[in-house]
Amino acid sequence: MSALQQGWVMTQRELKHWQREPWTPVFGVLFSVMLLLVFGYLFGGAIELPGGGDYLPYLVPGMLALAMMFGVETTMSAITNDSRKGVTDRLRSLPISSTAVPLGRAGADLANSALQLAVLLVGGLLVGWRAEGGLAAAALAVLLLLWLRVAVLWIGIYLGLVLRGEGAVMAVQVLVWPLGFLSNLFVAPETMPGWLAFLAQWNPVSATAAACRDLFGNPVGVTDGVLADHAVLAATLWPAVLTLVFLPLSARAYRRLAR
Amino acid sequence: MDPTTTPLLARGLHKRYGATRALDGLDLEVRAGTVHALLGPNGAGKSTAVHAFATLTRCDEGEVRVAGHDVRRSPAAVRAAIGLVGQFPALDEVLHGRENLVMFGRLHGLGARQARSRAEELLASFGLTEAADRKVSTYSGGMRRRLDIAAGLVRRPALLFLDEPTTGLDPRGRNEVWEAVRAVVAAGTTVLLTTQYLDEADQLADRITVLGAGRVVAEGTSSELKDRLGGDRVIVTARSADDLARVAAAVGGEADAETQRVTVEAGAGGGTVALMNAVRALDAAGLEVADVLLRRPTLDEVFLHVTEGSAA
Repeated sequence: MSALQQGWVMTQRELKHWQREPWTPVFGVLFSVMLLLVFGYLFGGAIELPGGGDYLPYLVPGMLALAMMFGVETTMSAITNDSRKGVTDRLRSLPISSTAVPLGRAGADLANSALQLAVLLVGGLLVGWRAEGGLAAAALAVLLLLWLRVAVLWIGIYLGLVLRGEGAVMAVQVLVWPLGFLSNLFVAPETMPGWLAFLAQWNPVSATAAACRDLFGNPVGVTDGVLADHAVLAATLWPAVLTLVFLPLSARAYRRLAR
Repeated sequence: MDPTTTPLLARGLHKRYGATRALDGLDLEVRAGTVHALLGPNGAGKSTAVHAFATLTRCDEGEVRVAGHDVRRSPAAVRAAIGLVGQFPALDEVLHGRENLVMFGRLHGLGARQARSRAEELLASFGLTEAADRKVSTYSGGMRRRLDIAAGLVRRPALLFLDEPTTGLDPRGRNEVWEAVRAVVAAGTTVLLTTQYLDEADQLADRITVLGAGRVVAEGTSSELKDRLGGDRVIVTARSADDLARVAAAVGGEADAETQRVTVEAGAGGGTVALMNAVRALDAAGLEVADVLLRRPTLDEVFLHVTEGSAA
């Protein structure tokens, strides 16, 4: 049996989890929709964008990127759960490819994230957001979002293998918030103090959100800087860089389990 | 013994975690078709040893061959030959019992249909057919353990590792697991079992290796280990405290005032001879006693005796 088939067996396990306990993925999706509504309707009225445009169409791509970023918790907690229950050790004692486990994770997590994107996009359409850039551009935007999720997958696997304490997942759940806010997802970095604006622009999720805004033909909220001109390129490169860093780190952490 | 067919052969294993020597020159041989127990207190190195044998932990020094394969050079061949049942049931709690077995069967390389029929067999032989379509989270401790052992057997391994299979179970669950292990052995699987319970080793194992501080401190069958502690004793319980000294003098034993018992070491003649001698001596002295019994040392006594040195 190939690593791909073994990975598919692992993905099926995850899909069965959703079938048995649908509230976990459903709650995840509802949470994203709730954030969209809270920021869109409660805070949105008070937010003005540099360069003009409505806030809601600016926000929707940001929420899509945020959902990808929050995937780090899903990945990480799945990995730590398996370690804690001894499932990881049993898997390591099986005659399977060492790539089967991350492949299985990737299958399940990308499916989960695709579902989240679908629901958020429909939710966005319902509150008046539109993709004005054409179908091909919209499809590219979705691909870039999933590409970001691939990078986040490796970060999640790495963190799950390295931070095995009970509180680690919760710490990550808390820390993703400031990282999410320190970006262009909710507000335009140009409205922030200089050094914060700098960090926010260089946040990898900002690149993906800016690229989606570009491709969907939504207000970009950026008047100059790298993301104003090269958002799609940045959204292609950032996840590649993150993957190049965290994939080998994850592989090393996995090998180090044998120490 | 032929090293290519011996289920497990370990020589001079060393494993250090910082300043702790988890394994300190461990040698072990498990013979085909036997149940071998690694017995030792917490921290003796039992789990580290099992992890090293199952390719999960790399040792600093030493050699391990499982079914003839070197764990360092051909871990894949070793993994294909073993089943690992770890200290905690390594099951997916959300999946049904049957789905767990099918999944592990698939990951062991069985086809979808084969994996299903193997799962069916295992469920039947571990008495889990009725619970097969329930989530594992609804199982009792004993049921989980049985399913866990079944999961370790999907590919009919040459060697099954059971790492403390009854830790944390109630007596009923423990009996269930013991029955399951006996069935596994009856089917011809070689088992390496770790345990901190002496009666478990006594009940299940053909050979016992006592570990202390990462080293073998004693090895043999249960009765060999018991013989090592000086063999049998005759214990005579006096009828009253007044009789005690006379009983002790008659049988030539050591009196314990608190329990009103006299203990006689059996010596070279063995337990039966010592028992008859004691009864004759009591009869000749015209003494009546409350109880006379022949007792072998328990494995507990052996254990405390052999681990005392290594703990110090």
